Amino acid sequence: MDFSYSKTEELFLQMIRSFAENEVKPLAAEVDEKEMFPEETVRKMAKLGIMGIPVPKQYGGAGGTIQMYIMAVEELSRVCATTGVVLSAHTSLCMCPILEHGTEEQKMKYLPKLASGEWLGAFGLTEPNAGTDAAMQQTTAVDAGDKWILNGTKIFITNAANADVFIVMAMTDKSKGNKGISAFIVERGFKGFSVGKKELKMGIRGSATCELIFENCEVPKENLLGELGAGFKVAMKTLDGGRIGIASQALGIAQGAMDETVKYTKERKQFGRSIAQFQNTQFQMADLKTRVEAARLLVRSAAWKKDMGLPYSADAAMAKLFAAETAMAVTTKAVQFHGGYGYTREYPVERMMRDAKITEIYEGTSEVQRMVIAAQLFK
Amino acid sequence: MENEYKNVYIFAEQRGGVIQNVAYELLGKANDLAAVLGHKVVALLLGENIKDKAQDLVEMGADEVIVVDRPELKDYLTEQYTQAIYQIVQERHPQIILFGATTIGRDLAPRLACQLNSGLVADCTKLTIEPDKDGKLEFYSTRPAFGGNLMATIVCPTSRPQMSTVRPGVMQKRQREAGRKGIISSFEPKFDTSKFKVRILETKMNDKKVADISNAKILISGGRGVHDAEGFKKLQALADVMGGMVSSSRAMVDAGVMDHAYQVGQTGKTVRPNLYMACGISGAIQHLAGMEESDFIVAINKDKYAPIFSVADLGIVGDLHKIVPMLTERIKKELAQ
Amino acid sequence: MTMNIIVCAKQVPDTTEIKIDPVKGTLIRDGVPSIMNPDDKGGLELALRFKEQYGATVTVVSMGPPQADKMLREALAMGADRAILLSDRRFAGADTIATSYALAGCIKTLDYDLIIAGRQAIDGDTAQVAPEMAEHLGLPQVSYVIDAEKTATGFIVKKENEDSVQTLEVDGKCVLTVLASAFKARYMSVEGIIEAYNKEVEVWSADRIDVEEEKLGLKGSPTKVFKSFPKALKAPGEVHEVSEEEAVELIVARLKEKHII
Repeated sequence: MDFSYSKTEELFLQMIRSFAENEVKPLAAEVDEKEMFPEETVRKMAKLGIMGIPVPKQYGGAGGTIQMYIMAVEELSRVCATTGVVLSAHTSLCMCPILEHGTEEQKMKYLPKLASGEWLGAFGLTEPNAGTDAAMQQTTAVDAGDKWILNGTKIFITNAANADVFIVMAMTDKSKGNKGISAFIVERGFKGFSVGKKELKMGIRGSATCELIFENCEVPKENLLGELGAGFKVAMKTLDGGRIGIASQALGIAQGAMDETVKYTKERKQFGRSIAQFQNTQFQMADLKTRVEAARLLVRSAAWKKDMGLPYSADAAMAKLFAAETAMAVTTKAVQFHGGYGYTREYPVERMMRDAKITEIYEGTSEVQRMVIAAQLFK
Repeated sequence: MENEYKNVYIFAEQRGGVIQNVAYELLGKANDLAAVLGHKVVALLLGENIKDKAQDLVEMGADEVIVVDRPELKDYLTEQYTQAIYQIVQERHPQIILFGATTIGRDLAPRLACQLNSGLVADCTKLTIEPDKDGKLEFYSTRPAFGGNLMATIVCPTSRPQMSTVRPGVMQKRQREAGRKGIISSFEPKFDTSKFKVRILETKMNDKKVADISNAKILISGGRGVHDAEGFKKLQALADVMGGMVSSSRAMVDAGVMDHAYQVGQTGKTVRPNLYMACGISGAIQHLAGMEESDFIVAINKDKYAPIFSVADLGIVGDLHKIVPMLTERIKKELAQ
Repeated sequence: MTMNIIVCAKQVPDTTEIKIDPVKGTLIRDGVPSIMNPDDKGGLELALRFKEQYGATVTVVSMGPPQADKMLREALAMGADRAILLSDRRFAGADTIATSYALAGCIKTLDYDLIIAGRQAIDGDTAQVAPEMAEHLGLPQVSYVIDAEKTATGFIVKKENEDSVQTLEVDGKCVLTVLASAFKARYMSVEGIIEAYNKEVEVWSADRIDVEEEKLGLKGSPTKVFKSFPKALKAPGEVHEVSEEEAVELIVARLKEKHII
């Protein structure tokens, strides 16, 4: 068993860390404050191949691993959780399902543009009445001979305002329940497709989360992704992968808050010594550090299984559950250690605490993760 | 061999016919070294129509000035200057040659050192001659290394001449001795022009009339805490009232707020003004390396634990944006009295 | 015909991360990351820009211990075509003269049209190796370069002095030393990183290059380190946390006392 980074991963870490530090961190407060989508950053990431890390070279990607991709999400989220989720949704929720379920034609058509970052990807499953109970899809897709006609609304769609390609779930045969759901690749320019209202969020405020509206939206026949009626399976498998991404985002947020707190408690003096010298600080931070490292091992192990082609559904759920709760715990404590300053926007931990909360909610709430883990346990 | 090599030489750098300050500083130090050795101080003056500057060097401490007056040497070019000095060294056998650690000195000295297969020590801040353990007089060159974290003393025990480049602003000039007598000789080099491969197409002096901060007696210096050009206006106002200049930390140069010419520190200039007022400068060791020799250091910083306070004679924990304008007004009043 | 460009690069400790042990007064080098020297990275950036603009093969040459392999992988990941590491005990203890001699001995065995190096390394800060190497190779040099372009017969180069910027024309092959600030280096690309370990970093010993052994390493070095010591720290002065009005009075009083105003 080898827990160390490979030489390639070490080199990658050096690059992505310095990129995050120099290009992403300086914008993080503004991205949050102004709800600004980090467009320029995405362009820079595209140029370096970060938007297509796990996509094989023949489809225009960098030919890297899931492990490298999640390292990127962690390092970006460590300084800016918005940038982290932009990459995560694009990679896990759009490119991965095309890669795993797409036809050769679909891969050749969509992956090169997505992997090069020319196009941004997103994923539409959630609806007003289909959240955790995702099978309750009300968006429909009707076979109209040479095309599919989609009607309905998706909500809370990450990257929606900026994405060019969407993986969308719709009901093709209501009588079959779960097995009547199919997945489609929808381009932004398709007739009858539009992006609706933008949500005002607590955190990850730079990522534009919007509605997707389908009004007799025309989708070409060849844009069915996977088998007819296999959409729910596609969605669940996609979310399994996505959870590793969000787990890394949570891990990055937690690590970022740790970094800030270590720095601050060493500098800040009260009662004549730095607050890092107090045993209360030391013990609490030691516990948090332990949780962060445990989360990292869970995340890396889930990613490793996905890279190896092993089943990883419960691993991804455990990683996300634990990393998200760790992020919440660390950021809350980080604000506490910063005292009054921690509650102000003068220090980034305030933002980190707001950003952390979503990781317990999206791509399956912590409750859903527990369901997935328990289902595996008691099957 | 020891006897063959004699005297302490300095390279008297001129630009546009003007002797550079560092040349005077080298003369000051060369006099100290020559006194211990019982040697003379010889200045090398290269350029075109510069003979009349030789007496100036004598008055500032040269016992002899060797003038090389040639059109090829009007402006500094590596190969031309290297050839000329190499030939002088071959003829005169100096024991020590000092250069300013300027863009010219640091371009020229290594070329020469390599031709002469002799040791060269870069960017020295201290030069001494002391007896070694056998009682023989040895030349010690001391310089900062590892970003100013460590000092290293270097010797060059066997090869001659011993060469060093010396950081500008560190050594003390001598008082001018008007009418001092010295030998002024000239040297005619034989140039191998086939090696002249570099030509100057244009020399553009820096746009802004950048006065040299290393000559300022009072420096009001700004760092990250100044934030922007607006912030520097407050510093400039104070500098104006006190007859000083504004300088900057690396952070503000990297941020594009200040020009590199105003940068104090390891990669900027070394300064030792009578007053160095560090405003919003945290005091990275690279910065401290460039200013800690200042006579009196005042630091204003919000962060009580900023390392700048460890070198400050007077430290104020507070907001420079409030204190500096108030201080400007207060000093205005003080000076009006 | 594409150009052959050689870039000289050194792996250095990140001196901004070095701290002094307050008790022993020695350098704490543990945990200090090793990086590609920033000016050298600027040099590599210039070479890669030449490669994009004119077409070129970029070879990076470094002298150092086997660990410098990582820095050369970084250079490959940024876009260099070939990497050579001069690594041999016989190089150890070299000062700038002996270092430049070894580098020149390596470069003599290669085809080149242009050699680029960083102005200086952040550990030694000497700025001597490249000019000395140029001398060993009998090439012209331009140091403190902030811009360069290729001409039919050579290069046009901008050089930054303390008080001016010079434009210089160089005939034929030359050595340029560049400032990091003028050439913001690119990041390694993801693809480049993945490829970097599929390529070879050639490790050359002294036998492989054109040198006389007695001029290498400690033996070939005219200068010796007599001693090194941490910088003496000045005794700290007084620090006051007072109102702004009091602060102003305090400063004025001390400036008067020192006859500064």
